[in-house]
Amino acid sequence: MKRSLSVLIASVALALAGNVTAADFKACFVYVGSKTDGGWTQAHDIGRLEAEKHFGGKVETVFVENIAEGPDADRAIERFARSGCDIIFTTSFGFMDPTLKVAKKFRKVKFEHATGYKTADNLTSYNSRFYEGRYIQGQIAAKMSKQGVAGYIASFPIPEVVQGINAFVLGAQTVNPDFKLKVVWVNTWFDAGKEADAAKALIDQGVDILTQHTDSTAPMQVAAERGIHAFGQASDMIAAGPKTQLTAIIDTWGAYYIKRIEAAMNGTWKSQSTWDGLVDGILTMAPYTNMPDDVKAMAMNTEAKIRSGDLAPFTGPINKQDGTPWLKAGERADDGTLLGLNFYVQGVDDKLPQ
Amino acid sequence: MQLALVRRQYPSRVLSVFTPFIAFGLTLLAGSIMFAAQGLDPLVTLYTYFVEPLIETWSLHELAIKAAPLILIGVGLSVCFLSNNWNIGAEGQFVVGAITGSALPVLWPDFANFATLPLMLLFGVLGGCAYACIPALLKTRFNTNEILTSLMLVYVAQLLLDWLVRGPWRNPEGFNFPETRIFNDAAILPELFSEYGRANWGIVFALVAAIGVWLMLRKTLKGFEVQVVGASPRAGRFAGFSSSRMVFFAFGLSGALAGLAGIAEVAGASGQLRPVISPGYGFTAIIVAFLGRLNPLGIVAAGLVLALTYLGGEAAQIALGLSDKVVRVFQGMLLFFVLATDTLIHYQVRVTGGTTAGDSRGDR
Amino acid sequence: MEIAENILLTIATASTPLLIAALGELVVERSGVLNLGVEGMMVMGAVCGFVLTATTGSPWLGLIGAVFAAALFSLLFGFLTLSIATNQVASGLSLTLLGLGLSGLIGEKFVGIAGQKLPSLYIPGLSDIPLIGRLVFGQDPIFYISLALVVGVMWFLFRTRAGLTLRAIGDNHESAHALGIGVIRARYLAVLFGGACAGLAGAHLSLVYTPQWVENMTSGRGWIALALVVFASWRPWRVLAGAYLFGGVTIGQLHAQALGVGIPSQLLSALPYLATIAVLVIISRNRRLTLLNTPASLGRPFVPNR
Repeated sequence: MKRSLSVLIASVALALAGNVTAADFKACFVYVGSKTDGGWTQAHDIGRLEAEKHFGGKVETVFVENIAEGPDADRAIERFARSGCDIIFTTSFGFMDPTLKVAKKFRKVKFEHATGYKTADNLTSYNSRFYEGRYIQGQIAAKMSKQGVAGYIASFPIPEVVQGINAFVLGAQTVNPDFKLKVVWVNTWFDAGKEADAAKALIDQGVDILTQHTDSTAPMQVAAERGIHAFGQASDMIAAGPKTQLTAIIDTWGAYYIKRIEAAMNGTWKSQSTWDGLVDGILTMAPYTNMPDDVKAMAMNTEAKIRSGDLAPFTGPINKQDGTPWLKAGERADDGTLLGLNFYVQGVDDKLPQ
Repeated sequence: MQLALVRRQYPSRVLSVFTPFIAFGLTLLAGSIMFAAQGLDPLVTLYTYFVEPLIETWSLHELAIKAAPLILIGVGLSVCFLSNNWNIGAEGQFVVGAITGSALPVLWPDFANFATLPLMLLFGVLGGCAYACIPALLKTRFNTNEILTSLMLVYVAQLLLDWLVRGPWRNPEGFNFPETRIFNDAAILPELFSEYGRANWGIVFALVAAIGVWLMLRKTLKGFEVQVVGASPRAGRFAGFSSSRMVFFAFGLSGALAGLAGIAEVAGASGQLRPVISPGYGFTAIIVAFLGRLNPLGIVAAGLVLALTYLGGEAAQIALGLSDKVVRVFQGMLLFFVLATDTLIHYQVRVTGGTTAGDSRGDR
Repeated sequence: MEIAENILLTIATASTPLLIAALGELVVERSGVLNLGVEGMMVMGAVCGFVLTATTGSPWLGLIGAVFAAALFSLLFGFLTLSIATNQVASGLSLTLLGLGLSGLIGEKFVGIAGQKLPSLYIPGLSDIPLIGRLVFGQDPIFYISLALVVGVMWFLFRTRAGLTLRAIGDNHESAHALGIGVIRARYLAVLFGGACAGLAGAHLSLVYTPQWVENMTSGRGWIALALVVFASWRPWRVLAGAYLFGGVTIGQLHAQALGVGIPSQLLSALPYLATIAVLVIISRNRRLTLLNTPASLGRPFVPNR
């Protein structure tokens, strides 16, 4: 008994010693999903690996995946804070309050929370203007659709998703003012079965372009099977539909992670609230495929204009869904309004769940 | 060759104490094989998994947080399972308890005084109890299978919560994000020793409930009735026990405890309602109930063990890169081995050839 | 017209896995065994089917592998309940929990990989007939298997000697045993069949429905299948009706949304579950009729006395 115990302790000590690496900086990531989900979490994990590669052996990265939002997140974040992480990235909206709680307790550790709105001295919030890509998608959809109707598989009626739906419709209207958009809410970020069912239902209702704000590749597969076009989300989904994907919004967090880890290492890290877009490289468009050259040229032109700041998707005149004016001609929506967006613009064929 | 079971005249008392340990040992053994198959040193992994979380104080607090709902629900389920009422829907009762208990701080945020928390807990208990009475009513009144109805009601409860936090109960200052407002301070379940960790009064409720139900089962006529009806409904009827009142009692009690667990979880660890508030406590508690051999005091220990599988899984994932899926495999194996060793209490196993006349055990 | 055909096709795809899993469980329950592990066996079938397809490149091998894997997995339940007489409800639950965990582990490396779809039937000419062409002649192979299974199970249970024996065991295992029928052996075979069916249903999910592997991709379908057996009062053709009714409600709520019906989507999503409860209540309300239909020794362990 005693002997086996000492063997146990020795082997554990050995393993722990083996765990110590030469890295002098530790960046830790808390994921809500699986790092191979093909969408949201995978995009973050690609960013993590890019950062690790960029810094050579100087930065050690650690992650924990499939952490449920709620009390479990508190514990996972706190475990990281206690285990010597210098900076902790938490990559789901639901991690906001847990991150804030732990950040208050561990003042020396730096925290970064994605897609939320709360900050503290040692807590930054960061997000991406996904809607810029949706605007381009809307334009492409209006050019490519024969029926003039697209389908939108939506997750939850939060501002981020509502921005995407509105931007898509606004983009489409620049090409075809009568363009219609049908929306199905599946109330999940990731459920291949539900997403596929929704895709089929939308196609059966006559849409011939599909876009999704959910993370599985199932809708892309269904679109491929039914022979219509679709847009990918969060990661390049071309593998699921080589003849189907027109383009995809790709979350490219790597550049941001490198920037922030660097700042934390050389002491220039400051708490902030960033909302970057195409121009900052936090968001990129997958190659424009399966479309005629003129459509491709239009898309690239729009992308360039958004990058240069000449074009902002939410620029007046824009009416709300019921026809009441929202933005005057030339007026741009401010970030505050966008971050709390809870209404549709004119032309969306759906009632926003309240 | 054939396995033959020979019924013991009396259930073996020695074995009934030791089988959970045997089962746990077998689980560890099977787990070691699984770790080795993944290229990990089994000893190191087992240490990281089952010992490391117990070394640090804050981690023990986390263990208490995790164990509290498992014990509360498990204790309630033990009464159900002992009396042959198969309540598989504790997860739904947990969610409904959290909803009804949260109504007060969400709808009347200004009502913040000494009565807030007790009222919330009361509403949570009542909500869980009422929700559990639906399958009980359907079973007694319409003879409907309670396994299926209680399970279907889990999905309904989860969707109800989803609708509330995205719709009418959404935080008015929360930018449309799916969550309710954060509870006022009077609605938060206090932490026990806040300078050391987050453990709150939930674990105290769990221990009180376990002792209370244990006393009820051992010392009261109701407890006797539970065991008689469970062992043989026919004997129960001869003794004049109403089986439909027993159905309501078992479901009501376990629903009430699940509801209490729900509101304690929300008022304690999270402080607001979200679309998903439970990582499957209601289902894991079924394992807890069986591992505790349906004995409330055993369930306290079993709850701590299952809580440890969660914490250890996370620790091993971070330290060794062990897959987070292992947690559920562990839990499934544990239940499997518990059931398998359970047989030893009632039967002697012999290896034989041929068979003769038939006999069956139990009369449901 | 084409919309109607498409909707019917979608409903058929949604109903097929429920139908197959429920038919398997029906045979198990007819033999007097209640296996609550359908969800676990189904998810094991789904993952093994997908992994085999992805590694061998053949969805047919995946299909066969799924059936065998799930049948093998059901033996765990068989061992617990038949060989060592443990509680069937608890054993079934343990099978479900174990299956959900194990499948996650097996499929971990395969999440996000685009799978291969089992090819649908195509008969030139016949499959192109408007409205019914694709419904009758253009579906996936598992759809046709599911219909064959309905007929096969009916024939077996009510037209063969072995079926009669199985029902006799389910109604009274003591007398069956006294007549010299091998109760345990017959039940093992029934449990194996149930496992194979659940595996086939799971393979339908990961090879036809959404050709990819996603953790928990059965998302409660195994439990719905269990409810369908009660709903059908243990009759195969009623399982067929129930499965299509359920599939119809599931798909119908999505169309209601796409048409812009202003009902909260959560309420629509809850409809299939509420409908199941309502139907169960209606079916089981008549206590005498239920007792008449229910295999009398359902859920009771059997231990041969020496």
